[in-house]
Amino acid sequence: MSEIINVENVTYRYDDEDQRAALQDVSFSVTKGEWVAIIGPNGSGKSTLAKTINGLIEPDNGDVTVGGLALNEKNVWSIREMVGMVFQNPDNQFVGSTVQDDVAFGLENLGIPREEMIERVRDALDKVNMLEYAEREPARLSGGQKQRVAIAGIVALRPAIMILDEATSMLDPQGREEVLRTVKEVKEQENLSVLSITHDIDEAAAANRVLVMRDGQMIQEGTPESIFSYGEKLIEMGLDLPFPERLKASLKKQGIDVPQDYLTEEGMVDWLWTYVSKK
Amino acid sequence: MDIRFEEVGYTYQPGTPFQSRALFDINLSIKDSSFTALVGHTGSGKSTVLQHLNALKKPTSGQVTIGDRVITNFSEDKGLKSLRKKVGIVFQFPEAQLFEETVGKDIAFGPKNFGLTEEEGLAKARELLPLVGLDESFMERSPFDLSGGQMRRVAIAGVLALEPEVLVLDEPTAGLDPQGRKDVMDMFYNLYKNQGLTVVLVTHQMDDVATYADHMIVLEKGTVMKEGHPRDLFKEAGWLSSMQLGVPSTVRFAHELEEKFQWMFDPLPLTTDELAEQMKEKLADKAGESL
Amino acid sequence: MMEKLIFGRYIPGHSFIHKLDPRSKLMGAIWFIIIIFLANNWLTYLALTVFVLTAVKLSEINPKFFINGVKPLIWLILFTVILQILFTSGQTIWFRLGPVVISQEGMLNGVFIFMRFVLIIFMSTILTLTTMPLSLTDAIEFLLRPLNAVKVPVHEIALMLSIALRFVPTLMDETEKIMNAQRARGIDFGEGNIYQQMKSIVPLLIPLFVSSFNRAEELATAMEARGYKGGEGRTKYRQLAWENRDTIVMIAFGLLSVGLFLLRT
Repeated sequence: MSEIINVENVTYRYDDEDQRAALQDVSFSVTKGEWVAIIGPNGSGKSTLAKTINGLIEPDNGDVTVGGLALNEKNVWSIREMVGMVFQNPDNQFVGSTVQDDVAFGLENLGIPREEMIERVRDALDKVNMLEYAEREPARLSGGQKQRVAIAGIVALRPAIMILDEATSMLDPQGREEVLRTVKEVKEQENLSVLSITHDIDEAAAANRVLVMRDGQMIQEGTPESIFSYGEKLIEMGLDLPFPERLKASLKKQGIDVPQDYLTEEGMVDWLWTYVSKK
Repeated sequence: MDIRFEEVGYTYQPGTPFQSRALFDINLSIKDSSFTALVGHTGSGKSTVLQHLNALKKPTSGQVTIGDRVITNFSEDKGLKSLRKKVGIVFQFPEAQLFEETVGKDIAFGPKNFGLTEEEGLAKARELLPLVGLDESFMERSPFDLSGGQMRRVAIAGVLALEPEVLVLDEPTAGLDPQGRKDVMDMFYNLYKNQGLTVVLVTHQMDDVATYADHMIVLEKGTVMKEGHPRDLFKEAGWLSSMQLGVPSTVRFAHELEEKFQWMFDPLPLTTDELAEQMKEKLADKAGESL
Repeated sequence: MMEKLIFGRYIPGHSFIHKLDPRSKLMGAIWFIIIIFLANNWLTYLALTVFVLTAVKLSEINPKFFINGVKPLIWLILFTVILQILFTSGQTIWFRLGPVVISQEGMLNGVFIFMRFVLIIFMSTILTLTTMPLSLTDAIEFLLRPLNAVKVPVHEIALMLSIALRFVPTLMDETEKIMNAQRARGIDFGEGNIYQQMKSIVPLLIPLFVSSFNRAEELATAMEARGYKGGEGRTKYRQLAWENRDTIVMIAFGLLSVGLFLLRT
């Protein structure tokens, strides 16, 4: 499998005088079509890392390669074409005065001819199920809908990579669910690679691989199952505790032997079956 | 202090072409020393209700009773201020209210508006910092140099500094990381338990409702759909989901176990601890049967 | 407070006026403000009034909105009218008290000034009520386009305008939220003497500035991430379409101008 993002030994300081680097010698890669989640408490450097990938931040040291192109002044605009980014605050990334104008914004920047733009805007809005809202103004949309418009704005550009920078953290549970569902659908249809920075357990569970950051360093890496089995320590890692882990902790308090490995809810039910039948 | 709504209606921009009705003849009550959860999906009228709790808004019809004060559409604006000291509101993303040069001054701002001197206000601030998990070294720092989580705590301290009897919290943990969410919720729960504060929590997090609240009000389209103990309301999972609201994970899982194992959970477990306790009994029974 | 703002709000609709190209509406409104100064007698004002009322009718918007548009300016208008009445010298004196002289000419001037104000407000209210702010910026960009030749960054100005308009509701919400938060901390906005009122504005303005700067920064980052690098090489999604009805409107304005020339004294 080919690597679409490769970050090698990246170090970055916001201010030369900062004692602690925001990113310290961070390396990781994402293969084509992969979904990677980055977790970590606030201030651990996750968002900074995301911004180095499309050149919004220029690392002090280290190399970033995206889609075979080294990130430098010459390539930065081509790389930004490949990488779509959804940010945390739904309001502060909505440039257009209506839904369709916002989706068109990126296409206008690329100088796409108008006829093609109209088609691509429609198509992208259709993919995130927002076509009927094309004329709406942002003030009349929910947070989840605004984020879906942001995703449409990315889909319209036909990128290879989508980065979600805590894109669901300001939404209510319903908005969170609709955005996550949209990301899953779009990822499949468009064959995207996804890098999601999150505290949300469902979003992390959707990933193929989870990276854990702390104090600007990459401290842990694994499948969601292997990371989730850290139990109560997950909160320090900046992730919600999955329900089965919470229940396991309570069962342990009651003196019931529970398995070490991470269990999904179905896994929990299965385990109970065997527990009951063994007796 | 009790708060009671009787037939409260509220209309935005009445008499203009843009008028829109937000609340329809609402009745509800918030008992002294209770932990009340106010739930409803976006646009259900929660934030309008919230602004009635300390008379930031006056009802266009009906009346709100806050302690011994009755507020109607005709109440004079003068004198409402004293209610704001009794009912403190922590708004969503409260860090947006910070403006002073130092953390100490910002926390002292509220008390000063209610007649304390600068020194008394600062003393109050110094006293409150540890309560919100910050130390005294923060007093002289600029609130704008702090991390998001620290700013949130300073803003909360600014409301606690009014020494309210009722504390209203609008999604107080939105945007925090899990550790921050846990710390902040624990802090509020301690205030409720140890200082007898009445707490009103507006939230989408049903797990929080299950863990902390002893009273629950469900709003939808500007009316109160149901009011009662979370244990009773969460029994109706189907009805809640028709309100675009969920049930706590524990309740959902308990229902699943009831179906799969023909177990009956009574009373309905709201926390994992309650669930685990009942599961232990059931598992022990099972062991007894096979003997 | 802000809830009462009527001026500048767009009311969706499908009337003849709604469907006009924003350029014809904008040019018409500007032209109207110029030619209104041609009017100087009853007949010319009558012609203008008929013209404006026809436009109001065609817009299919409740006349209440137009009256609401005049209300906030009523004191300014009355003040100007009174100055006109008092300081116009004339032959037919109606009333005299010391230095205060009211003449027939003065009264007439006062009435005309009043009508001029009201007609201009009605006309610009038609423009803003029937035109999406965004379309208006498109029209402004189009009309400013010749300035490109003298190196005025017309595209950037238009983008700035449209972003500013897009954020008006967001900032109104924000203002209300911060006001509520500070009121909950014991501030009374709009009470007390001037000094107290000025002081109470600080806890509102500083948070508003801080959050606007944060927003601006985040918006700039998002725009950069979406490939914005200035106006060069950009295409436009929105296009304006000039139709026959726009030409008809322009002709109507032409006829009105000619009529005013003939009728004025």
